[in-house]
Amino acid sequence: MAVLQMQRISICGLKKDRKAILEKIQSLGVMEMNQIADDEGFEKMDTVNARQSFERQAQAADQALMVLDTYAPLKKSLLSSLEGKALVEKSEFAQAADDKQEIIRKANVLIGKSKEIAEAKANILKIENQIEALTPWLALDVPMNLAGTKKTALLIGTVAAEVAPETIYNRLAQAEPEPVGADIQVIYSDKDMLCLAVICLKTDEETVEEVLRACGFAKPAQVITNTPARQKALLEAEIEKLNKEISEAEEAVRGYAASRKELELVSDYFRTRAEKYEVLGTLPQSQRTFVISGYVPRRYVRALSKAIEEKYDCVFDIEDIKEDEEPPTLLSNNSFSSSVEGVLESYGLPHKGEFDPTTIMSFFYVFFFGMMLSDAAYGAIIAIACFVVLKKFPRMSESMHKSLKMFMFCGVSTMVWGILFGGYFGDVITVVSETFFGKAVTVPALWFVPLDNPMQLLIYSLAFGVVHLFAGLAIKGYMELKEGRVLDFFCDVVLWFAFLIGLILMLIPSSIFASIAQTQIVFPPVLNTLAKALAIIGAVGLLLMSGRENKNPVLRIALGAYDIYNITGWLSDVLSYSRLLALGLATGVIASVVNTMGSMFGKGIMGVIGFVLVFLVGHTLNLAINLLGAYVHTNRLQFVEFFGKFYEGGGKPFEPFKTDTKYVDIKEEN
Amino acid sequence: MSIWSNLGLVYALLGAAVAVFLAGAGSAIGVGIAGQAAAGVVTEDPSKFAKVLIMQLLPGTQGIYGLLVGFITLSNIGLLGGSPKALDPQTGLLVLAACLPIGIVGLISGKYQGMTSAAAIGIVAKKPDQFGKAMLFPAMVETYAILALLISILAVNAVPLP
Repeated sequence: MAVLQMQRISICGLKKDRKAILEKIQSLGVMEMNQIADDEGFEKMDTVNARQSFERQAQAADQALMVLDTYAPLKKSLLSSLEGKALVEKSEFAQAADDKQEIIRKANVLIGKSKEIAEAKANILKIENQIEALTPWLALDVPMNLAGTKKTALLIGTVAAEVAPETIYNRLAQAEPEPVGADIQVIYSDKDMLCLAVICLKTDEETVEEVLRACGFAKPAQVITNTPARQKALLEAEIEKLNKEISEAEEAVRGYAASRKELELVSDYFRTRAEKYEVLGTLPQSQRTFVISGYVPRRYVRALSKAIEEKYDCVFDIEDIKEDEEPPTLLSNNSFSSSVEGVLESYGLPHKGEFDPTTIMSFFYVFFFGMMLSDAAYGAIIAIACFVVLKKFPRMSESMHKSLKMFMFCGVSTMVWGILFGGYFGDVITVVSETFFGKAVTVPALWFVPLDNPMQLLIYSLAFGVVHLFAGLAIKGYMELKEGRVLDFFCDVVLWFAFLIGLILMLIPSSIFASIAQTQIVFPPVLNTLAKALAIIGAVGLLLMSGRENKNPVLRIALGAYDIYNITGWLSDVLSYSRLLALGLATGVIASVVNTMGSMFGKGIMGVIGFVLVFLVGHTLNLAINLLGAYVHTNRLQFVEFFGKFYEGGGKPFEPFKTDTKYVDIKEEN
Repeated sequence: MSIWSNLGLVYALLGAAVAVFLAGAGSAIGVGIAGQAAAGVVTEDPSKFAKVLIMQLLPGTQGIYGLLVGFITLSNIGLLGGSPKALDPQTGLLVLAACLPIGIVGLISGKYQGMTSAAAIGIVAKKPDQFGKAMLFPAMVETYAILALLISILAVNAVPLP
């Protein structure tokens, strides 16, 4: 249960060992790089170009993999994302590294094919547009650019739908300088436009054209030398050809499906090399030597020293972290508690010198989660499902592994609470026995049924809340004692404890509490006096001491009074734990709604079928929504109420320099 | 059986109805608002589907709380068992009053939780690793729905019924 102690390791080695040492550190993956400020005589190598070239090649392989996924997708099951990265032999990885030129060439071919496909698709779209523009003219049986015969002229174009051919004839008859004649054929008409072919004598052409223009006659935008029908056939043939090209290219891509593995390997290979070069670029180097410096958890220092100091000529320097340094944070907890590390991480890791609350939080987390869901059958389903997935996919990512383990523990806790409260799919046993067998059987709750006695559970919920909050305050005290701030410890923690415990002890024998708990609790008079004394000492102490940093006595008392006002904050924090009751009731009641609905089909075969259907759908939904609720609100109780008492967070996670692969993990030798 | 002779039961049933429909409407508004934001994120990045779906569901709980109170009320006044109790109007009004907190708070908090969820979905869209913190903001709004639920449950159970 702790934050791992970090140490600064500096290695000064000879340039000839540079590659080997860097690779060793990368494969061990226990050191976060943090180079010390430049010294004179040291220079940094410019590795930007090399790194970018590696990154580009990794990207090319990634792109090629995406192309493969599009045209030759692998069948993946729903749970395949849990499988994690495949483990490959080192030799296999080295083989891919040797063939990298060839594999990258394949990648480029794949990318090229995908570009070809994209271009062909764009062309098809363009041609389809052309065909669409051509459609109105299909009835025209001469080429569209035909100007006419020896004596006649042909004018083709469109006018607005409102302009009827009769109007044009009329206008032609009244044309200046003299009336002209023409033959107007309507090729096509719809609600927007008319397509016309107008034939007239060549001598009249100018006049006719003028009249037509006055009517809004426009020539078609595309002029083609074929008849429209022929042109359409040509374009369609072209589409056919492009489609064939596409399917050929797709077939070619599918032919590379077997290269998927190689591409993954080579992408990871270039990615690790790029990482290495990135680090290399930050190292101070002199003509013959280089220096690496970074943070290593103390427990791995020996292993690192064994792997490097004993094999190469170098200086291996171990230092403790200096006052002004902010080292990265790495947590180490036992198997149970580490499962909630993900929750802590999502709030923020402890900063330097801060207490790691994971262990204490883990118990409360599992406890509260179970109480909110509190159904034995739901708990069993969650625990078993998580257990099976954990066993089936041992290579899933570490954070996923932790989360699933957390839900498994929460499921067990849910089961325990369910047995205590007598909830098995709500009241399914009672409902089924009553509906189908005519005799109500109830599984008695080991403790009590919350719906029968909500006030009692409310009191317990708030009491658990008080314990949780006091634990938070105690951790704050522990941290202050550890830092030697005894006065702060006394004023911020001891006085508050005295004040709060005094108030609670005064509240318990009071009539308000009696009306809620429905039992009168009588304390011996000594305890009553003690309660009053504690509360008064606490209040007076807070009043005098909370503003102790202020010299001005009036301001000091005012600040003290304000701190006492924080008791309202404590009250709302404690009341917040009523959600333990509310969410627990929600699960149970909705489950019984589902069961009641199911039992409405009555007895008999239809009744059983109806019940099973309603049961499956209803309980799945209820489990899903309440699981979400329990998760969200357990987090909230930890983050807001518990952490609010003592925890700041804001630590930087430990990010070691390691073989950071995307697709495969490489099996280490030995 | 005229309505006047059984006014108590009418009031009590009205209470259950108010709890279910106001809280349900609140959740529907909230889930709707959050859903629009969620759909926007998924058009850009379908891989965030699961995360934004969880965010969208957060304002859905008010409706469930309303259902919960409605169900407890129906079961207490005996409507579910098929043998409704004879309530006097005063008791009926007490039940109605007991149902009001979750109804009204559910409606209002559902809407605002939906708006907060939509904002939190914005966090997930830009910084998916801050999911834990983003989830907390809508959960803050829900606290008040839970408090209202608590009072409604306690009050419904506390009303003396024949």
